[in-house]
Order: sequence, then structure tokens, then C-alpha cells
Amino acid sequence: MEILYYPGCSEEISASNYDKSARKVCEALAIKVTDVTDWNCCGATNYLSVEEFMGFAVAARNFAIAEKMGFNQMMVVCNGCLTALSKVNQYMEKSSENKNKINEALGAAGLKYEGKIKVRHFIDILANDIGVEKIKQKVIRPLKNLKVAAYSGCQLVRPYCDFDSKEFPTVLDGLLNAAGAEVIDFEGKARCCGGMLMTTKEEVAQKLIKDILEEVTRKGADCIATACPLCQINLEGYQSKINSKYGTNYNMEIVPFTQLLGLALGVGAQELAFNKNLTNTKKVLSGTSG
Amino acid sequence: MISTIEKKYFEFEKSSEELECAKKCIQCGTCAGSCPVVDYMDSSPRKMFGLLRGGYVEEAVKSNTPWICASCYLCTVRCPKEIKITDIMYALKRFATREKTVPHGITGSVMAETFANMIKKYGRNAEAEMLTTYFLKTNPFGLMGIAPMGMALFMKGRIVILPHTIKGKNELDAIINKAKEIVAGDLGLGAGSM
Repeated sequence: MEILYYPGCSEEISASNYDKSARKVCEALAIKVTDVTDWNCCGATNYLSVEEFMGFAVAARNFAIAEKMGFNQMMVVCNGCLTALSKVNQYMEKSSENKNKINEALGAAGLKYEGKIKVRHFIDILANDIGVEKIKQKVIRPLKNLKVAAYSGCQLVRPYCDFDSKEFPTVLDGLLNAAGAEVIDFEGKARCCGGMLMTTKEEVAQKLIKDILEEVTRKGADCIATACPLCQINLEGYQSKINSKYGTNYNMEIVPFTQLLGLALGVGAQELAFNKNLTNTKKVLSGTSG
Repeated sequence: MISTIEKKYFEFEKSSEELECAKKCIQCGTCAGSCPVVDYMDSSPRKMFGLLRGGYVEEAVKSNTPWICASCYLCTVRCPKEIKITDIMYALKRFATREKTVPHGITGSVMAETFANMIKKYGRNAEAEMLTTYFLKTNPFGLMGIAPMGMALFMKGRIVILPHTIKGKNELDAIINKAKEIVAGDLGLGAGSM
């Protein structure tokens, strides 16, 4: 299987451990990864707050390149990219006038987009194209005795998701179960991490993160598996701040879900870029020894 | 007597399918009950729609509500009248930015513009430069607050100081300029994404 991959800005820099481990999981599952050539930013939620159509036009350049490369779908690992890019498709599908407007903008750069590229999160591809059974067969180092909180986050499933529940997703649970982990019952699995509010309204995002840490700690999780670079950094980077603000003592291990899957598939911790994680990963890594 | 801002809002509302759609709101409060950040909002989403329909436009458009919205879309997927609430929040942010009615103490608009400028400059988001620029514009002391985490990320090789510019920067410039021309023809603020 070959897949076109749109890495996204965070994966290139602050979430390079997520990017590296995702690529390693693909390798272990014999998925050939081709990057979108010279991709640009999806615009995230920020462009929509400034100028909607310009955001769409900028994001559409990636689709035009993808079509030129001969693909009909594009894989992302970031929930934000998933939503921002899917929004462009929604906009284009809405009317031929919208489609023409996007193409008029792209035309200025000699590009065009038919609107045929489906954007899919890696979790969707793993569960529905590869399949939980096949992944299970390839697991050579099950994550025994590791209690995982599978944190899908909000934009993996909202607003557009067609492969899982929009409020109580279970697909990521299934993948981590296949890896041999014990997935805890986790009410906050599709709640918001605060996203960019961690920068613009810190106390709001801190409260959201605190609620998540509180629940998974109470339920005895060893780690939280994330599916989005923003969730990852908000959860891993602010625990000490939250502890001093709320008088708590959280010390939760936070890992991109691909690192867990990679370990189970037999990939080494070094190759999965565990050295780049901000939180300690003792429990995660001890679960795979022996 | 109708104020200038109200007049502008009504024009804007007419241009936006989503805001028109908000008139279907039955005030059930599902959005407010679902919102994880409602405690921090001047008005809940439900109250916002009530204010707008009741003619309290100025109070609504000057509230912090759209800027507190975390964009998690829980209200959107639950709304029994299928009002695209999150998209309406984006539209209200664009309106407030354009009309300079962003409330005091709200820096989300600066963040959004700084981010968009990174894309214009490099084609990608240069995270370190984006955050530094944002804090210098809004709260230079905030830089000290994020410095420990910035340092930790730097030590782990998760911050790049020199940003990468995409090869197709000229292409992107052409697209952005053309898009600018196209929106100049429209009002350019419509919430027509869903």
C-alpha cells in the first residue's frame, strides 16, 4: 500500500517525535509513504479567524499538488490539519461557484484542483485500510500491563468524522488494544485540550488540561496516548505549571499513539524518537521490556 | 437609533448564510451545556444568539465569547437545529477584527494575524518566530512564562531557529494576491465553510 502524506508544520518541528514514529509504524506495516511535494501550511484555525477564503485558497495549493501527483487521498496525523483541509473540500462541494473561486485563485499559480482528494487521519487508515486484525498479527512486543488513556481529542472526530463516533470515539482504543495495551474507560477522550488557547488564554486551556489529567490519574492510567501535536504539547508541556497553580502533583507520561504502536510492532525506542519526549516515559518503556 | 456597528453587523449578517441560519435557534441551551469553556465567556453561545435576535447587537459583537471558543465543535455536532455554531464564532471573530471591536485583554486576533503572516512569509508556520512575535506584540513578559518550555523543546531538538521557506513561495504569493482580489469583490467575511 502506498499513501500520500501531508506532514504539517508541527510535525516538521515541535512534533518531530510524532512524525518520526508515524513513519516508522508505516514502515513496520509495509505502507509506502510519499510526502506531498513542497507542501504549505493548512492555515489551521488561525487563518479562518482572519480571512476565510484566503485560508481556503492557501490550503488548496496542497490539494492541487496532490492531484498532480496522481493521488486521491491524503494522510494527516494532526487533528487540526484534518479539519482545516477538510473544510476546503466542504467549501468546494457546496457550490460550483465556490469551486470556481478556489480554482481562480489557484490559477494565478498555474494550478487547479478538481476537489477529489479525501483527507484522512492516520488512525482512520490504520483501522480501516490496514485493519485491527492485521496489526494484531504484526505485534511482536505486546504492551503488556500498560494502562493507556486513548485521547482522540476534539477535531479528530468533530465536525466531519465518518469513521467513528463524534462524541465517544473508540477506534483509537481498538488500535491500542491490538497493540496489547489495556485501554482505560476515559470520559474525556474527545474533549478539547484548549488548542491555541494555551497561548492566548492560558487559564482556560490549563483548566481543560487539568480536567483530563485529573480523570486519567484517578482511573490509574500509566500514560495518555495522543493523536494530535497540539494535544501532545498542551498535555506534556504544562503539567508543572498546572501543578503549581492547582496544588496538584501530576506526572503523567504523554506519548503520541504512534510511539506506542511502534513499540508493539517491534521498533526501537530510539527510532521512535522517545529521546525527544518532554515527559518521562518510564512506564511506557518498561511495559515493553522482556 | 441604530448605531454604525449595528448597521455594519446587519449587512454582514445578510452576507453570511451561517449567521442567517442562527435565526433558527430555539434557545434550548444544548450549546451552552456542552461548551467546555462556557464559564469563561461573557455570554454563552445560546445567549449570543438571543442577544443578536433581541437587538442587543453591540453587546454580542463586543463580547469575548468568540475568542474564548476553543473550536472543539461539540456544540456544532449536538445542535438540534444544525446551526454551525463554531463557524459562526469564526465569522464573529472576523467581524470583530475588521471592525476593531475585539474586547480589551483579548489577544486571539493578534495570534491569528501573526500566524497568517508566518504563512505569507514562509509558506509554513515558523513556530518559534510566531510565538516570539505574538508575545512581543501582546505581553513581552509572557515570553518568560514560556521560556522554560521553549528551552526544554530546544534541548530536545523540537525548535528550529531558522525557518524553512517553501520552494513554491512565488506560487503561494500569486494565490494569496489573487484570493485577495476575489474577496475584495465579496464582503469576504462569510461563514460559508460548512
